[in-house]
Amino acid sequence: MSASKQRYAAMFEKLDAANQGAFVPFVMLGDPDKKTSFDIIKTLVDSGADALELGIPYSDPIADGPTIQNASIRALSNHITPQDCFDVVAQVREAYPDIPMGLLLYSNLVLARGLDNFYALAAHSGVDSILIADVPLREAARFIDVAEHHGIDQILIAPPNASDETLAEIGQKSTGYTYLLGRAGVTGAETAATIPASELIAKLTQYQVAPPLLGFGISKPEQVKEAINAGAAGAISGSATVNIIAENLSQPDVMLVKLGQFVKDMKAATAK
Amino acid sequence: MNNLDSKFGQYGGMYVPELLIPALDQLEQAFIDAQNDPDFQAEFMGLLKDYAGRPTAMTLSRNLVNNPKVKLYLKREDLLHGGAHKTNQVLGQALLTKRMGKTEVIAETGAGQHGVATALACALMGLKARIYMGAKDVERQAPNVFRMRLMGAEVIPVNAGSGTLKDAVNEAMRDWSANYDKAHYLLGTAAGPHPFPTIVREFHRMIGEETRAQIMEKEGRLPDAVVACVGGGSNAIGMFADFIDEPSVKLVGVEPAGKGLHTADHGAAICSGSKGILHGAFSYIMQDKDGQIEESYSVSAGLDYPAVGPQHAYLHDIGRAEYAAVTDEEALNAFQILAKKEGIIPALESAHALAHALNMADEAEDGTIIVLNLSGRGDKDLAHVHSILGEKL
Repeated sequence: MSASKQRYAAMFEKLDAANQGAFVPFVMLGDPDKKTSFDIIKTLVDSGADALELGIPYSDPIADGPTIQNASIRALSNHITPQDCFDVVAQVREAYPDIPMGLLLYSNLVLARGLDNFYALAAHSGVDSILIADVPLREAARFIDVAEHHGIDQILIAPPNASDETLAEIGQKSTGYTYLLGRAGVTGAETAATIPASELIAKLTQYQVAPPLLGFGISKPEQVKEAINAGAAGAISGSATVNIIAENLSQPDVMLVKLGQFVKDMKAATAK
Repeated sequence: MNNLDSKFGQYGGMYVPELLIPALDQLEQAFIDAQNDPDFQAEFMGLLKDYAGRPTAMTLSRNLVNNPKVKLYLKREDLLHGGAHKTNQVLGQALLTKRMGKTEVIAETGAGQHGVATALACALMGLKARIYMGAKDVERQAPNVFRMRLMGAEVIPVNAGSGTLKDAVNEAMRDWSANYDKAHYLLGTAAGPHPFPTIVREFHRMIGEETRAQIMEKEGRLPDAVVACVGGGSNAIGMFADFIDEPSVKLVGVEPAGKGLHTADHGAAICSGSKGILHGAFSYIMQDKDGQIEESYSVSAGLDYPAVGPQHAYLHDIGRAEYAAVTDEEALNAFQILAKKEGIIPALESAHALAHALNMADEAEDGTIIVLNLSGRGDKDLAHVHSILGEKL
């Protein structure tokens, strides 16, 4: 097993021992600029984030609501490129050797560099996992092959409407963690996640999928608590985190303080 | 797994969020069932004939070609109800919507032509339509916005991104991923994720089938070439489909070269783009070196799209179809020629194909027969062309 795969396993082991779930914030790399982006991520980790989900800005993000779209637009209008994003990731890796880091992005950014080249760059920068929002299981085979070759976990999505067939396949192929969708639709804090039925969690256990982290519509500590009580291994919060950035662009110091407090509150809710 | 091929060679596929896979599978199954259901086919054919006005005429041009031994026929999709070929496939998809038990329709539109076609089909079938349209396009295409609203559709301006067609598609897909239980996404061209490129082709293939029957009746043989404009590529694939297995028939697609392929202002994904994924399909797209999607441009809004249907990408790569590009200026010139010489005002989209067909006719050997798909009429373009030509007319 590669070093990267060990980071998620080590995190879940450590959290189990402490009787906690994981809290994983998402931010867009390069939002609003390279330097601030690093300061933001540093604050997230220092305030207690167990792992990081990091986006690469894309021009046509079909799975994202307005909050994450605007984060992409801010970064792209500051001419942030995928290479800039890898630079920030490498910087974070250097500062935090053990934190699991996942990329969340769209397929065309991967294709533009060439699959092998992109995953090699990601591995070299210290990325542990890659989730491609517009690559469903049905198209995932070649991405999973390249990911394995580079010691990266290809993260698969378990949607609330997944068939047994899909869940069984996720069980066979998922490594790292499984992104459990809290609801239909696109990313955004406007519509709250539905805490998954114990039935779905039971099925995930039955099919032995990688530990499920609940995402989409998670913005409050109570939701983190409920997700973990329902059997999720943790929760991911994107739009709520990015909203704090968007609302405090003119006062970066205040932004970092608020982000720190948000992560502390969300993390505190992970105790079982 | 899919029951139909989801790819054309390496092109096509289903590059969408996992959440949409069940909805696309449901659509594929409904389509397969409908194709095998005589009742569905009878209803679809009945609507095409009695509501939309099929078969459309095929007109031999009288004054367009200098060489009297070369014939240029016009397949008159401009005469179809709604003013363009688009009515064919929206009727088919509206019937599929009902078949799936869904009551709402989501659609995207650029210039508003697909939106108008969707609105008319939904009005006829009693479906609730909401149509996403880039905010810039809402402003530029006020008459079509009014048409859609008149027929009961809700028009939702999209401010995200560049506020044009590709952003309207993004927004429609976002809506669908929240509402697939009750809503069908009625995609407007032969692009997007499987099964859309196949469904849209099959619901337009009567264009080529009628052309075959009409040319056999008039000439007793197949044409040497069929020519059609290509934005997403729906009218072209509808014309090509029945001739793909006839190697003597040259298939020619014409893309928008805008202000020229040497500039950044064009929409020629095959002639000048590169391979990538946009809106669920792997195809030729317009992108920068990092994979960010670039804005397309064309004087004709219906061709102004930075990707192309995946089957066209495949037909191009295997050499079965050839693709050329025509500038705004050439298209505007052909637009006026058809009006002056034949008394037909074509859509600016179709004028691109005409410009290329006229060049082909000029260079053709004696005895050559070419069929141009005149995909739409130009009424919608009058104000725009007037503003460009002004007093030069």
